[in-house]
Parts: sequence; structure tokens; C-alpha cells
Amino acid sequence: MFTAALIVFRESLEAALIIGIMAAATRGFARRTRWIIAGIGAGAAGAALVASSMELISDLASGTGQELFNAGILLTAVAMLAWHNIWMSVHGRQMAAQANSAARAVTEGRSAQSVILAVVALAVLREGSETVLFLYALGTGTASGWHASLLGGGLGLGAGALVGFLLYAGLLRIPLQRFFAVTSALVVLLAAGMASQAAAFLIQADLVPSLGAPLWDTSGVLAQDSALGMLLHGLVGYAAQPAGMQIVFYLTALCAILAGMKGVAARSNGQLA
Amino acid sequence: MLHVRPLLLKLPAALLATLALNASLAVATEEYTLTIKDHAFDKQELVVPAGQKITLLVINKDATPAEFESKPLNREKVIPGNAQATLHIGPLRPGRYGFVEEYHEKEAAAQGTIIAQ
Repeated sequence: MFTAALIVFRESLEAALIIGIMAAATRGFARRTRWIIAGIGAGAAGAALVASSMELISDLASGTGQELFNAGILLTAVAMLAWHNIWMSVHGRQMAAQANSAARAVTEGRSAQSVILAVVALAVLREGSETVLFLYALGTGTASGWHASLLGGGLGLGAGALVGFLLYAGLLRIPLQRFFAVTSALVVLLAAGMASQAAAFLIQADLVPSLGAPLWDTSGVLAQDSALGMLLHGLVGYAAQPAGMQIVFYLTALCAILAGMKGVAARSNGQLA
Repeated sequence: MLHVRPLLLKLPAALLATLALNASLAVATEEYTLTIKDHAFDKQELVVPAGQKITLLVINKDATPAEFESKPLNREKVIPGNAQATLHIGPLRPGRYGFVEEYHEKEAAAQGTIIAQ
């Protein structure tokens, strides 16, 4: 039961951190809670589907189906997070200035809301499918296995959700002046971390070279499976022994999103009288 | 600001060039095998040559899915029951790289080390 709790905690922690940051980053968006919950639901349904199709997915693309699928999901999430940040750098100030939610709803439009749903759904899908498979593998072991696994899994899920909520609550205490700058930075780091993870899958499938495996080793300083290491892995994509190509993907995502944000903001500033 | 942006765009361009180069190279790699049976690996230690790309074949002889994971190697792959999966590893620097069968990772038999030398 403890194994189930620990592993489900780790998986759900990653998704919970993403949801916590997205919930904070979309503060003030009309009815965003509804979209987040819809995203969680869609992700959970998707996770069950993916888990049951794992054999099929694995056999695709000469056995690299899993890696392509995971990398695809991660890179799609990176694109969505980039879109969110770029959108915010144009509309953010407008949104913060609008006092009532009806006005904000008009500004933000359907596309911003679908991004929230998509990012949350993709995160839950990724971590959820691993969790479903894991519980299935563990549960079919012994007769009492099922109950112990589900209970442990439930505890792990609750603990992960709690950490995500604490992150959200903590972020909300940041003064409004700095608030969106902080969530913006967190979203960029989240995206960069996901790009790095996508790179790992592409290297595993031999679609890109590793460029040094590992490029450096900081596991003596901060182990990736320590509590802080896990938190940093989920928040900023910390890896103790990253491959060179992971660093390239990380920096590329970082630079591209920042460039996009600055470029779009500069252009829209130029248009204001 | 104006001269930062061209630099920021050169990075993705360099990335694409690397991808194109890699696609044109196709090298046969040595294959090593690990077998999972009763949630345990058949070898606790796997010695591989350092500095070379390697193909790792993991065979799952259990009916339930298993997940091969190695944080030091940044590798993870689910292997459905009674199936096998291939992962590419390396070129590795000499050293020891731990791996686990994640669904049973606390059990000693579900842990192992790849030794690159």
C-alpha cells in the first residue's frame, strides 16, 4: 500500500503542480474553475483510454510509438503554454484593469479558455495513464492487492493534490503588482521543463542525438528523487543528469517563448496611442 | 533588444540543423537484453561499453505491464504484459547508472545497474 501511495503521489504531484500554476496564472479569467475541472475530467478519461491502448501505442512507428506519443503530448503542452504567455503579454494588462468578469470574459474569449482546458487535460492524461497502468500492475498481484493499491493510490493522489493546492494558495498571496510576472515566469519554466522531457523521449527513440549523456551530474548536490528534487523537477524541469539535447530543448523553448512575448508586447505597445 | 532576437532565433535553427544531420546518420548498434519475470530483472548488473550508442531490449515475461525506468539515464518506457520494448541509450560516460522496474521499484530484485566502462 505504501508503494502505491508513494508512486501515485509522485505522478499526481507533477500534474497537480501544473494545475496549481495554471489556476494561478488564469486568475480573474471568467469561470476558469469550470474549465479546469473539465480538463481534469477529460484528462482522466483520456488516461484510462491510453492505459488500455498501451500495447497498440507501443507497437506504432516500429516500436517508438510510446516515445512519439509522450513527446507529442509534451510538445503540444509547450505550445499551449507559449500561447498562453504570449496572449497574456498582450491582454494581461487589459484583463487586470477590467473590474467585472463579464468584461473580462469578452476580452479573453473562447480560445484562452480552451488553452486552460487543454493544458490541464494533457497533464492529467500523461500522469494519469502511468498511474492507471501502475495500479493495474500492482493490483492484480494478490487477492488483497486491489484494495490496498486503491487505498494507497487514493492517499497518494490526495497528497499530490494537496501540494498543488498549497502552491496555488501560496501564489495567490503574491501582491497583485508582481503576481502575473511571477506566474508568467513559472509558466515559461514549466514549458521549458516539458520541452526537456520531450527531448528525453526523442533521444530514447533515437530520433535526436543525446549530445552528452549526461552532460553533467548534480545528483550529489540535489538528488532528483529527493523531495526538493521532485518539486524542482515538476516546477522547473530539474534533472540531475540531463542529456545535452535536453538542455538544448530547454533553452530553445525558454528563448522562443520569451522572444515571442517581448515581440508581441512591443508591437501592441507601439499600437497604443 | 533588437539584436537579442536574432540570437534567440538562431538557437532553434541550430537545433533543426542537428536534427537533419542526425537523420542522415544510421549506425548499427549493439543490443543488450534484460528480462523481467515475476517483477524481477534477470540481471542486477549489465556491463556495456562506454562512449557507444546501445540498444536495450527489455522483455516482459509477466502478464502484467512493467515500466523500465532510469532517472540517471532519463529513460522510461512501459512494457505491456508478454511484450518487449526497445530503448536507445548512450553514448554513455563511464559510470554506474541505476534502473528499476518502476511498478515494483522498492523490491531489490526489481532494481539494477548499468555499468558503462
